Amino acid sequence: MRVVVVGAGITKFGEHWGKSFRELIVEAAVKAIQSSGLRGEQIEAIYGGCMASGRLIGQEHIGALIADQLGLNPIPSTRCEAACASGGVALRTACLAIKSGMHSIVAVGGVEKMTELSTQAVSFALGGAGDQEIELFHGATFPSLYALLARAHMHEFGTTEEQMASVAVKNHANALLNPNAQFHKEITIEDVMNSAYVAEPIKLLDCSPITDGAAALILASEDKAKELGLKGVEILASEQASDTLALSSRESLTELKATRIAAQKAYEKAGIRPSDIDFAEVHDCFTIAEILAIEDLGFFKKGEGGLASEKGKTSLKGKIPINPSGGLKAKGHPVGATGVAQAVEAYYQLMRLAEQRQIKNARIGLTHNVGGSGATAVVTIYKRFKG
Amino acid sequence: MPVPLNWRRFPERYLLRGSYCETCKQAFFPSRAICPNCRRKGKLISIEMPRTGRIISYTRVHVPPEGFKNEAPYYLAIIELENGAKVLSQIVDSNPEKIKIGARVKKVFRRIAEPDEYGTITYGYKFKVIE
Amino acid sequence: MQAGIIGYGVYIPRLRIKVSEIERVWEKSAGGLGVTEKAVAASDEDACTLAVQAARIACEDFSIDPKRINAIYVGSESHPYAVNPTASIVAEALGTSHKYFAVDMEFACKAGTAGLQVCYALKKAKMIDVGLAIGSDTAQSKPNDPLEFTAASGAAAFFIGDSKREVIAEIEYTCSYTSDMPDFWRRPKAEFPEHTGRFTGEAYFKHVINAAKLLLEETGYKASDFDYAVFHQPNGKFPIKAAKILGIAPEKVKQGLLCPLIGNTYSASTLIGLASVLDVAKPNEKVLVVSYGSGAGSDAFVLNVTENIEHRRARKAVFEIIKEKEYIDYALYVRHRRKIKSL
Repeated sequence: MRVVVVGAGITKFGEHWGKSFRELIVEAAVKAIQSSGLRGEQIEAIYGGCMASGRLIGQEHIGALIADQLGLNPIPSTRCEAACASGGVALRTACLAIKSGMHSIVAVGGVEKMTELSTQAVSFALGGAGDQEIELFHGATFPSLYALLARAHMHEFGTTEEQMASVAVKNHANALLNPNAQFHKEITIEDVMNSAYVAEPIKLLDCSPITDGAAALILASEDKAKELGLKGVEILASEQASDTLALSSRESLTELKATRIAAQKAYEKAGIRPSDIDFAEVHDCFTIAEILAIEDLGFFKKGEGGLASEKGKTSLKGKIPINPSGGLKAKGHPVGATGVAQAVEAYYQLMRLAEQRQIKNARIGLTHNVGGSGATAVVTIYKRFKG
Repeated sequence: MPVPLNWRRFPERYLLRGSYCETCKQAFFPSRAICPNCRRKGKLISIEMPRTGRIISYTRVHVPPEGFKNEAPYYLAIIELENGAKVLSQIVDSNPEKIKIGARVKKVFRRIAEPDEYGTITYGYKFKVIE
Repeated sequence: MQAGIIGYGVYIPRLRIKVSEIERVWEKSAGGLGVTEKAVAASDEDACTLAVQAARIACEDFSIDPKRINAIYVGSESHPYAVNPTASIVAEALGTSHKYFAVDMEFACKAGTAGLQVCYALKKAKMIDVGLAIGSDTAQSKPNDPLEFTAASGAAAFFIGDSKREVIAEIEYTCSYTSDMPDFWRRPKAEFPEHTGRFTGEAYFKHVINAAKLLLEETGYKASDFDYAVFHQPNGKFPIKAAKILGIAPEKVKQGLLCPLIGNTYSASTLIGLASVLDVAKPNEKVLVVSYGSGAGSDAFVLNVTENIEHRRARKAVFEIIKEKEYIDYALYVRHRRKIKSL
């Protein structure tokens, strides 16, 4: 049974001082239902990605909250949590629900409200994605874990800080064309290089921001989509892999193994190769993460991601456009929403709804969502649904 | 830091106590309840890790989490111990020029997070570069 | 064999501040203290971490299995907790068994040597295999107080046993001279100690000299019988003066006089001096040790160096250890010692 994305919705990403957690997810979900042309009562189940609501707003039990706020009681509504990969895992779980034959129309949501607390408290909440007892205890922070990956990559392949900066510059340029992006600000390599160190070699402008936002999708089984005459995007594969929570327990510091394995399996399932992908939304929580991703996803050889970025091969008009939405870096990174927001962008691109950032002739897209420093990775491949 | 949680980990944090699987001959830090390679066929015993190793990656943290303000900026590294097990730790008492990938390091005993005036003090391992 | 020292370890924190830097900040002279710089513990160090480092070095250099330790006494005037023992943390960090006597000692600067006496007594009573006595301090001093020129950080750990193959210096005799003479104190809620200026000098000499005299009287030794003398060293001058009063040549004090280069390490001070003497001592040499703790009392010892010293030495001598250092200015000093109140 094939799975089709038949609707998508997203809020503006950024600092929503006037909007609460529940308002954000309702806004995205209503947009998604509207775009699908379905009515709310046709939805049979909800899967919601959310990473840290307990720490960020003191609220757990998000599944029931979403169903309640959407007026969709009493359908089953389940929260999925895998740190920053929560959204990707929710999407994949929803696919399983349809593939199993249990449901034929489901909603997928992703949401995070991050601006209620101080930056330090938010950092502590995000720290939950790493190994608290073994690594965070010793003073590790998320930027520092990625900094350790960056340093190892620089050491082994000669990747430079300027090459990492080029990722931020490109993603900020893409975000200029995305009305929902948090940042609409062009930046230069010098801006990145002159920004303050957070954890060497990672600087402030290498980091994704703290963001409020939500995104939602409506999925239908192929049969249901045909029956109701729904258009959309087919999910060719959605694969997930796990690795150690502790960065120090990893086999290698120059790749995210979970990404590589999830990607291999996804390509196999979809029956395609990396070169068949026309664009990808990858998990660039830090610029080094995008460099690792484009290597681990097979778009570039291991060690060549930095140079490829610097040479513009990943820009909107490059060999393979990466993060046309602006990515986590410039579109924003409301952690639990990110995986779903990536899928929304894939939907827009393949449905030719991406306006100024539209990639010409995009036929097959990929999204890549990572939890923590790579303990969870979800890779999903999409193709326009012919009906 | 919840006291029972920290107390349970004293052997790991004070002595670098971890596991060694007699089946696959691999050392793990910190201790594991089951060998990830051999699972139920594995035979894990508790051992103290070697107190020396080499830096395999490092960073200098400028924006610290709560409890590390007075220490920042501080060095953090992933260290491969002499038995192959790896550990993430702060690097202290070392000339910044000597903190490099490949540098030899030795375990020292330090305070970890800054204590407030009332709670317990967390102690544990850090490493220093040895010439 | 008579009970005695079977191993020792010294840990001096890496950071140093020059007395001239403190003089610069307060625009006043340290006077004739005979101290040029002092050791400063980093902000993530305390008397407990220093104690562990010193004891670990002793275990490694003298091949002492921590499982043999049946008694741990940690002397300090800067125990990290008011209630909750340093000794049990040190034991856990060394990986001892759980069958050991333990208590934290406090008697100003002589709490370390008091631990040595207790271990010696337990060993003589055959109640333990190996005892561990540690003096460790991150000495506190009020900014702009004369104490600030000297109050330093350091630790020394001494293992006591009686194995023929292990004892490097027998403890032949020990005694104490004690009286109620409050020359230096700190009330429970006070951050820094108070002192009585020149009266502390009076108290120092009264107790050090009387303890030494008591020892000579009871053992029948003459001052000239000793090859080395180690005294508590609140500054560079007092130990020399004490030696002169007792008729001991100043050269015999030099090897055990570290205060000029690291400051007054309080509970560790006398023990670090003794460690430095053992770094160079030869078999059959005799060492006089007299500590001093404000409040006030002195512990005196006669030590006889054995043949074992030829093959049981610290890997690094104290005078070598103190060469590993990094100078900081007064601003970094107050940051590391947490004297900035708004933090």
